Amino acid sequence: MPNISRDEVAHLAKLARLAVTDDELNVFAGQLDQILDAVAKVSEVAADDVPPTSHAVPLTNVFREDVIRPGLTQQQALAGAPAAEDGRFRVPRILGEEQ
Amino acid sequence: MTAVAEVMDYAEVVERFDPVLGLEVHVELNTKTKMFCGCPNEFGGEPNTHVCPTCLGLPGALPVLNGKGVEGAIRIGLALHCEIAEWCRFARKNYFYPDMPKNFQTSQYDEPIAFNGYLDVTLDDGEVVRVQIERAHMEEDTGKSLHVGGATGRIHGAEHSLLDYNRAGVPLIEIVTKPIVGMGERAPEVARAYVTALRDLLLALDVSDVRMDQGSLRCDANVSLMPKGSSEFGTRTETKNVNSFRSVERAVRYEMTRQAAVLVSGGTVTQETRHFQEADGTTSSGRTKETAEDYRYFPEPDLVPIAPAREWVEELRGTLPEMPAARRKRIQTEWSLSAEELRDLFNSGAVDLVEATVAEGAKPNDARSWWVNFLAQEANARETELAALPITPAQVARVAALVDSGELTNKLAREVVKGVLAGEGEPDEVVEKRGLKVVSDDSALLAAVDEALAAQPDIADKIRGGKVQAAGAIVGAVMKATKGQADAKRVRELIIERVGA
Amino acid sequence: MTDLTRLSAAELAEKIHAREVSSAEVTQAHLDRIGQVDDFVHAFLHVDAEGALAAARAVDSALADGQAPVSPIAGVPLALKDVLTTEGVPTTCGSKTLEHWIPPYDATVTRKLREAGVPILGKTNMDEFAMGSSTENSAFGPTHNPWDHARIPGGSGGGSAASLAAFEAPLAIGTDTGGSIRQPGAVTGTVGVKPTYGGVSRYGLVAFSSSLDQAGPCARTVLDAALLHEVIGGWDPLDSTSIDAPVPPVVAAAREGLRGDLTGVKVGVVKEFSGEGYQGGVQRSFEGAVEQLKALGAEVVEVSCPNFVYALPAYYLIAPSECSSNLARFDAMRYGLRVADDGSHSAEEVMSLTREAGFGPEVKRRIMLGTYALSSGYYDAYYGSAQKVRTLISRDFEAAFEKVDVLVSPTTPTTAFKIGERVDDPMAMYLADLCTIPSNLAGNAAMSVPSGLSDEDGLPVGLQIMAPALADDRLYRVGAAYEVARGSITDRVPELKGVSA
Repeated sequence: MPNISRDEVAHLAKLARLAVTDDELNVFAGQLDQILDAVAKVSEVAADDVPPTSHAVPLTNVFREDVIRPGLTQQQALAGAPAAEDGRFRVPRILGEEQ
Repeated sequence: MTAVAEVMDYAEVVERFDPVLGLEVHVELNTKTKMFCGCPNEFGGEPNTHVCPTCLGLPGALPVLNGKGVEGAIRIGLALHCEIAEWCRFARKNYFYPDMPKNFQTSQYDEPIAFNGYLDVTLDDGEVVRVQIERAHMEEDTGKSLHVGGATGRIHGAEHSLLDYNRAGVPLIEIVTKPIVGMGERAPEVARAYVTALRDLLLALDVSDVRMDQGSLRCDANVSLMPKGSSEFGTRTETKNVNSFRSVERAVRYEMTRQAAVLVSGGTVTQETRHFQEADGTTSSGRTKETAEDYRYFPEPDLVPIAPAREWVEELRGTLPEMPAARRKRIQTEWSLSAEELRDLFNSGAVDLVEATVAEGAKPNDARSWWVNFLAQEANARETELAALPITPAQVARVAALVDSGELTNKLAREVVKGVLAGEGEPDEVVEKRGLKVVSDDSALLAAVDEALAAQPDIADKIRGGKVQAAGAIVGAVMKATKGQADAKRVRELIIERVGA
Repeated sequence: MTDLTRLSAAELAEKIHAREVSSAEVTQAHLDRIGQVDDFVHAFLHVDAEGALAAARAVDSALADGQAPVSPIAGVPLALKDVLTTEGVPTTCGSKTLEHWIPPYDATVTRKLREAGVPILGKTNMDEFAMGSSTENSAFGPTHNPWDHARIPGGSGGGSAASLAAFEAPLAIGTDTGGSIRQPGAVTGTVGVKPTYGGVSRYGLVAFSSSLDQAGPCARTVLDAALLHEVIGGWDPLDSTSIDAPVPPVVAAAREGLRGDLTGVKVGVVKEFSGEGYQGGVQRSFEGAVEQLKALGAEVVEVSCPNFVYALPAYYLIAPSECSSNLARFDAMRYGLRVADDGSHSAEEVMSLTREAGFGPEVKRRIMLGTYALSSGYYDAYYGSAQKVRTLISRDFEAAFEKVDVLVSPTTPTTAFKIGERVDDPMAMYLADLCTIPSNLAGNAAMSVPSGLSDEDGLPVGLQIMAPALADDRLYRVGAAYEVARGSITDRVPELKGVSA
């Protein structure tokens, strides 16, 4: 009984903005299925009374002062840009909505 | 494909349905620097000049939390009577959009820093409504995009877009209400009043510029309808692009009428994001999404948890100024104002000025009258804010004092104020320069009275004949002759005396 | 004339600071060596001869002026894993996505190295975005193990480890998320240390799995690693997860260890790290090492950490989840590769096509795995459960460290496997991290120090030493003592092709 179908993998690829090919989908589906099989055992010991650990280091309240720190120049910021125009990053037309 | 949506008559809507509102307000904090880096939190500036590896999302960059941002969040939470979390974390909200450098927003998910509060909102007629606050949490703002090539500069039909990340990472507090129910036909009004009241509160806290027109205060309105008698919430829509208080009211009202028409025609309301159209007050559908966005929230590993010490929270509570609602109550009581007078005072935006004028010694009624009436008119005429008028509360108080002591009549006082506004100096200086003092010297007045009587002999006869009102014409003549600097009452007395003599 | 490339960093530092030899000479000698053998080894992606020599000359010049060396390793050259940003010098992370990226800023580690007078020879090869155990996932071809050209040098930091084993550099920096410093160290016969999480700044370390990543020292001797550890470690205000505490006294501990006495030290052998899957030669080399520790005076006991068997599955949920979010920023909008921008594709399409073209299969696998594990509906069973396993692993360590000072195990179950052997079998590849992963999940410190050559295939085997968080010094004491007793390994590296006699 597979853990994950080819369609689900295609959906994941879409969510992750990866234009995977059909061939890749076939291979990935099998591999992901196998991996999920192996990793699923974590739920065996994940009892309700075990608190999750999100941070290995037990720090809290790390703040900085509200003081300006020198940043990058416009030139530095745009240096790696695939395309730039008028001091801004130029990107192809956006289809989706802002959230 | 944009057919004009059908709407139902408003009266019918509220007869058949109960509206449920949810208001989400985003506030940009006025800290000096961004939320997670030391770049300036400033407007203007050439594009991409207030950026660094962190807010640009460069590979390897890391966030460090701005303590002032946390302080602002806690103060807002306290002002909204919220509980402040003893321990909370940031979370990543994952989705792709070019205005977000990391393609995730560092926000808070199920652990907001403040929760379970309320805001008492006073409607125009004085009724007070308590809006329950679900939460206030910290997050960061996005960059700004310019859409090039389309007709309206909007995203539809654009050929490409230009991104400026100067605003990316600016501290944002999101305030979310619990569902607002039971407002009936007043729902749109309540929505507007809530956002206005929230704005006033935030202004009093001095945490933000709260300008809806500049984007430092943003409101998304969630609206749904329940058929009367039902207790199950209907499907809600979220309306964005609401850029003024009035637009909040209009957007809510329109959505109510639109959704009602849909439901009554047997359709279902689509759960979607809509855009408010300023021009005609309607809302239009956003692009339909195939599936609802799954943000895959998880705790932000690059930031450590925040555990505000209770001592710190109490210290911040001590820094809260008098909140608008409490202030209204106090002013109404102290100055014995009617509900209408209170409303006019607050609507005129003159409260601070009036209070300051009272602090300089003026009577509340006098101070109020000056600012709410004469000076408000002056401000309108000059198309400027009251606070921007070139006259201070101290000066206004001085003028009021001069009227009180009889040295100026109200009419003369207005001349003096005009003189101060014109930059002629302090009130006393203006009085001196313009010679506006009330003529209180009887002999000077008598001379003017005699002259006026001589010029209109038949009036004198009339007065002697018992028609005392006729004296009015002489009073007028004397006032004219003294350029209004006579005490009309005294003039009248003198005329009667003179004629009788 | 001494072959400068055969000396340890400590020896080189001594000679440079005594002005017996110049840093420029030493640096040039290593550049020459790179020129001779790197076509064969392919440890380097980029060699910065100009930058390295300039830094070397600056050190020489300061010493000539009579100034004290700016650090104990000033003038000693180093190879830097290409996952740490270097201003003005290409940083590719082994990926096509960043093939031409030149960062505008230095990582904190980079800055500290520069300030310490360490010439950076160049950037070393790695599995793409640090994901892998063989360096075969590099977009620019694998690195070859100097011990056997047909075998992997380990991963993800195979380039750094190979550069040491090939005498191309006396020091190197790696990063370790699941074993990426230690496992390459083991299979190349070199020393590699993963410091306590938070002990070395991650600012400028291109993130793979934020809560696990840690940069660390790589060298041919334990003392050399200690000297490097003290230069790169310490609190960084730009990294919220960095520990505000002094670097543990690792150099002093190494020197203490070199005296060869481990009396009073309690060592625990992790029961779960043996048995099926472990090569006989590795097992025996490990047992020999344990005997050696006993001979040095250590008290050795067996310790059971029953939850360690869940470490690998937990890691392969947490790391991909965090990486799916960390790599979202590579969207062709602000830097890096962009394909299909021909006017006919939307931003979303350009993003998807670019990421498809720019990422290799392992990266794509992990991104999809992580996206799945964080999805609503799956979070609790996968990511959420894995976070709980982390707690259990930490508890196992805590319990173990109540009984012993350090834990030991083989670093990895096998010696270097052949290039191409496991590339099509991700699960087989993941098994290389079996022993190293628990320390990453708990945030503890761990070291791999060579334990000799396998009696089966003559290839290097590594002994892993694990210590509690903040107790990095324990690693160095035990590691140094063991190293002295074990005798040299690196003089047995085969002569490399391409070297002129």
